[in-house]
Amino acid sequence: MEHIIKNGIVYDPLNNIDGEQKDICIKDGKIVDSVSADANVTDASGQIIMPGGVDPHTHIAGAKVNVGRMIRPEDSKKDVVGRAPGQRGGSGFSVPSTFMTGYRYAQMGYTTAMEAAMPPLLARHTHEEFHDTPIIDHAAYPLFGNNWFVMQYLKEGDLDKTAAYASWLLRATKGYAIKIVNPAGTEAWAWGGNVHGIDDPAPYFDVTGGEIIKGLAEVNEMLGLPHPIHLHCNDLGHPGNYETTLKSFDIPKGIKANPITGNRDKVLYATHVQFHSYGGTNWRDFVSEAPKIADYVNKNDHIVIDVGQVTLDETTTMTADGPMEYDLHTLNGLKWANCDVELETGSGVVPFIYSGKAPVPSSQWAIGLELFLLVNDPEKICLTTDSPNAGPFTRYPRVMSWLMSNKYREDMIENHVHKWAQKKTSIATIDREYSFFEIAQISRATPAKVLGLSDTKGHLGVGADADIAIYPFNPETQDPSTDYMKLEEALTAASYVFKDGEIVVKDGKVVNIGLPGRCYWVNSIYDEELEKQIVGEVETMFKRYYSVNFANYAVQDEYLPRSTPVDGVIL
Amino acid sequence: MEIVKNVVCPFCGMLCDDIICKVEGDEIVGTLNACRIGHSKFVHAEGAERYKKPLIRKNGELVEVTMEEAIDKAATVLAESKRPLMYGWSCTDCDAQAVGVELAEEAKAIIDNTASVCHGPSVLALQDVGYPICTFGEVKNRADVVVYWGCNPMHAHPRNLSRLVFSRGFFRERGLADRTVIVVDPRKSDSSKLADIHLQLDYDKDYELLDAMRAVLLGNEILYDEVAGIPKETIYEAVDVLKNAKFGVLFFGMGITHSRGKHRNIDTAICLVTDLNDSAKFTLIPMRGHYNVTGFNQVCTWESGYPFCVDFATGSARYNPGETGSNDLLQNKETDGMMVVASDPGAHFPQKALERMAEIPVISIEPHRTPTTEMADIIIPPAIVGMEAEGTAYRMEGVPIRMRKVVDIGLLSDKEILERILTRVKEINASK
Ligand code: SF4
Ligand SMILES: [Zn+2]
Repeated sequence: MEHIIKNGIVYDPLNNIDGEQKDICIKDGKIVDSVSADANVTDASGQIIMPGGVDPHTHIAGAKVNVGRMIRPEDSKKDVVGRAPGQRGGSGFSVPSTFMTGYRYAQMGYTTAMEAAMPPLLARHTHEEFHDTPIIDHAAYPLFGNNWFVMQYLKEGDLDKTAAYASWLLRATKGYAIKIVNPAGTEAWAWGGNVHGIDDPAPYFDVTGGEIIKGLAEVNEMLGLPHPIHLHCNDLGHPGNYETTLKSFDIPKGIKANPITGNRDKVLYATHVQFHSYGGTNWRDFVSEAPKIADYVNKNDHIVIDVGQVTLDETTTMTADGPMEYDLHTLNGLKWANCDVELETGSGVVPFIYSGKAPVPSSQWAIGLELFLLVNDPEKICLTTDSPNAGPFTRYPRVMSWLMSNKYREDMIENHVHKWAQKKTSIATIDREYSFFEIAQISRATPAKVLGLSDTKGHLGVGADADIAIYPFNPETQDPSTDYMKLEEALTAASYVFKDGEIVVKDGKVVNIGLPGRCYWVNSIYDEELEKQIVGEVETMFKRYYSVNFANYAVQDEYLPRSTPVDGVIL
Repeated sequence: MEIVKNVVCPFCGMLCDDIICKVEGDEIVGTLNACRIGHSKFVHAEGAERYKKPLIRKNGELVEVTMEEAIDKAATVLAESKRPLMYGWSCTDCDAQAVGVELAEEAKAIIDNTASVCHGPSVLALQDVGYPICTFGEVKNRADVVVYWGCNPMHAHPRNLSRLVFSRGFFRERGLADRTVIVVDPRKSDSSKLADIHLQLDYDKDYELLDAMRAVLLGNEILYDEVAGIPKETIYEAVDVLKNAKFGVLFFGMGITHSRGKHRNIDTAICLVTDLNDSAKFTLIPMRGHYNVTGFNQVCTWESGYPFCVDFATGSARYNPGETGSNDLLQNKETDGMMVVASDPGAHFPQKALERMAEIPVISIEPHRTPTTEMADIIIPPAIVGMEAEGTAYRMEGVPIRMRKVVDIGLLSDKEILERILTRVKEINASK
């Protein structure tokens, strides 16, 4: 099947195309140089064309996501859609049901989204939900930062065994990256405690968060993984935590990036940094330290961050940072769910209301924007809301509009948020406005590259997957700085979205769900002999301490309708 | 004889996955590791009559029909009913349940599972106050305090104690000797015999006891000599054990979900567990009965946003337990056509609901002759998941495990049957 998209205004940062009028040709799901005269024509005159959006960090599938849905019927009731021809119904504002998740991403022109936290023992659950999430390509990051095997091998100083275990676990869970959440802290939470900072050891295992970050960062490059370690730092949400954040950022510095697939040059991906940029000692003297964090990112080249922008909504927080969620519950008194997962990790879920009337959420809103606006190079920062933690992904168009319009921000600061936003942060002093090119960077090019997927994702060059978004906004006649409401509408409802070369969205509505999304996972084998040995050790631990049989642990191929392995080292 | 290992038991919510089956031809003739009830499920020891062909009641008699006719009749009942109800789902796999949810959407039906008559109150309570749980391995490796409230695991979940409490865990090297077991049950049971502390409370006084324990935990004194029939000293002693737990777990069952107070009991129990985390580490696990009752609540939630009692009459999901539960609909005589999948309401529903079932067309997708099939107008027998078909199930605390196929008996799976019905309902709806 051939398509040609004519006359659109193209923003394609990876190919250095900044607002050029240009035709895009599609054949058999890929972008090509030219097509025959029989190709279907889509006219995009006066509209913006970007590669399909890539979300590097979201929570859309798996155990804690579903707990978020289950314990909050009040959230489901806020947003309900019915069955339509070829389309399933669903519900959920902050945590939409699976079908709705696929549709909503696609409607915004997003075609790839990564589940950022997968407990290995519950990996099958994540893949089951992926199965029911239409359109978008996806992957999941298994949790390593409080894993007993990792902690034990690192304690013994054995990086080779850690690497052999990690590559085995990535294959067994069909996972994509090494995710680290509050390293050592979630293990402490299994006894009701937490760690503070990067030098506080996990009980019994006696390794610190810092040692876990260091070890796994090295292992990540020994395995040649497409993505760097994906780090949720210690001390999330605590006033004064920026020091821990900066120390954590510094740990992998000096390690050399070694991806087998893709061409990232970073060795650290730090997530939802907004929650880690706080100064002060308590919520009274709390201040933004976003400028210091941004300064660090500006001066160092080994790191990419995402923001976790607060959107000022009632939402559902969910993370593998078990102790943090319990603290949040004691702070806001709302219902608390938790799930400690044997030998591996934990998690918690608590509803949260980020009200613009309240001082702290307003400051958090401003801190996120400070990070976006003070990090100079959009190749170092990705757009996320850590959906649904700081707000649902359906607010990305609003976040983009805040970034593109100082006027919009001024209106927020003057009329819609608490005065702490001005008092505790520098937001009111920053007038930078993002260009469409920069928006395409933080939502397409940068995430695709740091994920190691920029051969086929995040750009519109020949050979890329034909995942394309067309937005009804004319940059030649409309000014995003003043027409920010129109911009937000346009980004919410793409006029066309192509996925694998097929039109899946037209005029903001899903018209076709196309193929199932690809599930990316890393195929890496680190030293076959050593792997045999560690699998033997793992099996022994299973017999004694797991509640599931080793033979029933690995995710079977049946769960991946469109399995897409990506190579790491194969030794 | 063939030996198949690592088989998953399709009976109770423990979902034991270490069963060894001895197979001869298409028959399982023996098992290792299974408990008594799991074993009898595998070897069909209960002797129930097994259906192999679809049946339709004609002039009061069940007669064999082709699969096509049975599928067509079933689809017609769903498509023609004004308030179709699709109930059951707890003894089949998640793929079948997922087709069920789509079928409910297509037929504008109400879909509901057995939770509505067992752990429904737990679901309502977790929606009120939260759900702090852990996986089984955490209990085994860490728990020094284990509470069973309103349940008798020795009988209903026979391997719960042996797998999680008697067994040695990483931080509990001596197994049972390293743990304090508390049983809260008005009766003496085989489980209470094992307890270090048996709180033998008065019937229907769970709420009072829970409330007193929370009060003590928060630093208050009990003003009466006893609460719920338990001397206050014993309550102080029990709370002392709980709040000093290094890692505690509360297993709770139907004895508390169905005693007076229902979901209010569970509300308070969850709050007690939450409060305990101030001084201890404490978690809970609902003792779910059928092996995949949890799976239905998972699937229904990720597809529709709600765990059970979902009403698609308006074309989109609506959730209002008390109005959209199976018993509400049957007893109010709203339901005018019912499909039962993988469960037996005929044996468990109250009389008034059964009276309604007798008045309306009932479809039963069910391998065995049961009180429900006795009332059914259409019976479609599937392969049994976990023995004769593969599929996913979720253990009571949410760990998903792939059920194995051990023998092939050449019947369609629940999923395949439901897919065919769905296709037919779509055709009927398209022609309307
Ligand atoms: S405890 Fe339950 S799952 Fe385990 S063997 Fe017995 S019946 Fe089967
Ligand atoms: Zn996250």
